[in-house]
Amino acid sequence: MAVFSGLSEKLNHIFAKMTKRGKLDEYEIKQAMREVRIALLEADVNIAVVKRFINSVSEKALGQDILKSLSPAQQVVKIVNEELTALMGSTNAKLEVSAPPTVIMMCGLQGAGKTTLCGKLALYLKKQNKKALLIACDVYRPAAINQLKVVGEKAGVEVFEKGQGNPVEIAKKGVEYAKSYGFDYAIIDTAGRLHIDDALMTELENIKSAVNPAEILLTVDSMTGQDAVNVADTFNKRLDVTGVVLTKLDGDTRGGACLSIKEVTGKPIKFSSVGEKLTDLEPFYPDRMASRILGMGDVLSLIEKAEQAITEDQAKKMEKKLKENSFTLEDYIEQFEAIKKMGSLEDIMGMIPGMGNKFKMSGAQIDEKKIERVKAIIYSMTVKERRDPAILNSSRKQRIAKGSGTTVQEVNQLLKQFEQSKQMMKQLKNKRNFRF
Amino acid sequence: MGFFGKIFSALKKTKDKISEKFSALFSRGKIDEEFYEELEEVLISSDISVRTSMDIVEDLRDRVKKDRITENEGVVKALKEILKETIERAESLEIQTPAVIMVIGVNGVGKTTTIGKLAHYFSERKKSVIIAAADTFRAAASDQLTVWAERANVKIVKSSEGSDPSSVVFDAITSAKAKKADYLIIDTAGRLHVKANLMEELKKMSRTVEKEYPEANFYKFIVLDATTGQNAVNQVETFNDAVGIDGIILTKLDGTAKGGFVVSMCGELEVPVVYVGTGEKLDDIDEFDVEQFVDGII
Repeated sequence: MAVFSGLSEKLNHIFAKMTKRGKLDEYEIKQAMREVRIALLEADVNIAVVKRFINSVSEKALGQDILKSLSPAQQVVKIVNEELTALMGSTNAKLEVSAPPTVIMMCGLQGAGKTTLCGKLALYLKKQNKKALLIACDVYRPAAINQLKVVGEKAGVEVFEKGQGNPVEIAKKGVEYAKSYGFDYAIIDTAGRLHIDDALMTELENIKSAVNPAEILLTVDSMTGQDAVNVADTFNKRLDVTGVVLTKLDGDTRGGACLSIKEVTGKPIKFSSVGEKLTDLEPFYPDRMASRILGMGDVLSLIEKAEQAITEDQAKKMEKKLKENSFTLEDYIEQFEAIKKMGSLEDIMGMIPGMGNKFKMSGAQIDEKKIERVKAIIYSMTVKERRDPAILNSSRKQRIAKGSGTTVQEVNQLLKQFEQSKQMMKQLKNKRNFRF
Repeated sequence: MGFFGKIFSALKKTKDKISEKFSALFSRGKIDEEFYEELEEVLISSDISVRTSMDIVEDLRDRVKKDRITENEGVVKALKEILKETIERAESLEIQTPAVIMVIGVNGVGKTTTIGKLAHYFSERKKSVIIAAADTFRAAASDQLTVWAERANVKIVKSSEGSDPSSVVFDAITSAKAKKADYLIIDTAGRLHVKANLMEELKKMSRTVEKEYPEANFYKFIVLDATTGQNAVNQVETFNDAVGIDGIILTKLDGTAKGGFVVSMCGELEVPVVYVGTGEKLDDIDEFDVEQFVDGII
């Protein structure tokens, strides 16, 4: 299957023959919207939602002046992007708070990631110095209670469980427990269920009326397809959910389901879950999601991660070194560390527009273990050697190889790579004022 | 319920819905451009990929023209044929024993539940089954599998959380050889296909099977959640590149999702669908039946 080339690329292709400037006309818009439609459908946006969206965007685009700084393709992408962002609502809605304990109830299909999310949310609240209690109401799936207990232990929060009893009773008792022991939050884990399973949906309604939650969060797998509308609509109609959490966004799904969900429920998407670690919970950013749905990469997240990982001082230091051409192996390793702080290399690659797929297709994989070996080699050098690799003769290299558990060839390889990086940086420096 | 009864009744829910759409499609009484456009949308809304949907519609257009089809029934019949032919491009799979079945997939698709049902399915057919709890990552995964092993009344080989999954595989193979088990089913941790290190771990497990049990027939089945959208294709492609996939198990077909993406997979990657999961009970699993599946979609 073809690599998905970004929407802007496709649109550029359509508009390539056009040189005229001025207003976007009907024919051009129709051509462009055909591509937009495919892009959205390939991203799993529900077809009915796509149709409505295309109609409203076409109307907006018709007769718009093409900005001087933009090509017609960019102009269309801009309009589409803005509309998508607007549709997905405001930035990171906050959690509702009630008189303690604030009750948060989870719901969703099987395998959406509710139990893991409970742990993430508890840890998130704990970091804000709030005391959260996890209540185990999934009495159906084998070992679900155990899973919640392990997750709770990892997050360092208490788990309330009464075995495989009646979930409505357990929820009620759990909330009472939270009240008497001064918890700020009570998070209720419920069993995954099909939206068409009437008995189990009624059970959720009963839990709701028993504990009166401030938040009912619908957990949705971001890889969900066209059916997302049916699922979200049914859960919302029966429970009047207060918000949505998107899970498994660390994959390469374009996540169009969230647009469908937003449209049919009108409820805010409050968080996105981006990994298997309990700290992998982020606020939801509509603008980033819009770019992702359109296949344009998540540049904003990447920039933000870089900013978090590299301090201003480090950046300045690096710039100075580049100017003076005094970049050493010590700096080399510092760079590796900085990049590593941004997360796994695959995640980073995935955020670069057009890179995620190409990266995957080429079969080239960044081996994190290799980086560890590089680090071992550099750490096995003396400070003098790190600052001036030119002094490395064969006996020094042999010592380093031994010390790092590698071979002389690997040491040589590293030195070669280092020289290449230095060259590359020189070129970059000459090209423009290079800042990391 | 009969052999194919369950998959049929599971798909019937979706069938009712789609049939509604179809009668609406035909209600205009003409097979015109608008009809084809709407048909494409119907196909897409069952999660058949945009490209495959376009191809199917193109193909139908040709057949309608060539065979001078004018009746609605004829159109439906031709459409079903196209779908069936596409799916049947993937040759169906006959599992030979002794078999090692490694069950892989992304998080939350239902691997552990499927293994429980599969173990029961084989053991009901008087075959001896051992399951290996090689998901040593997810909290309480082996507890969950243990419950299923008890329900299916089969032996389970497990290790502590956080241990090397390949070592669990190794132990299970030793046990399967000693007990002369017909089927060894290996549960693996859910992993997103974009995580290179986790895919490496999977390759290692796969190598362990090949090295330690060369005389067994080794099958790698990917579990796909019917609720998934276009990403299912990425999943199959990447897992296929990593370890090679012999078949698909399509789960959660008892909801309203149709799992239409398998049409593209069978058609383009030629990976067959082997089993279908239709619920949470022990016997909610069936062999895949093309006719029923296509009838369910249309």
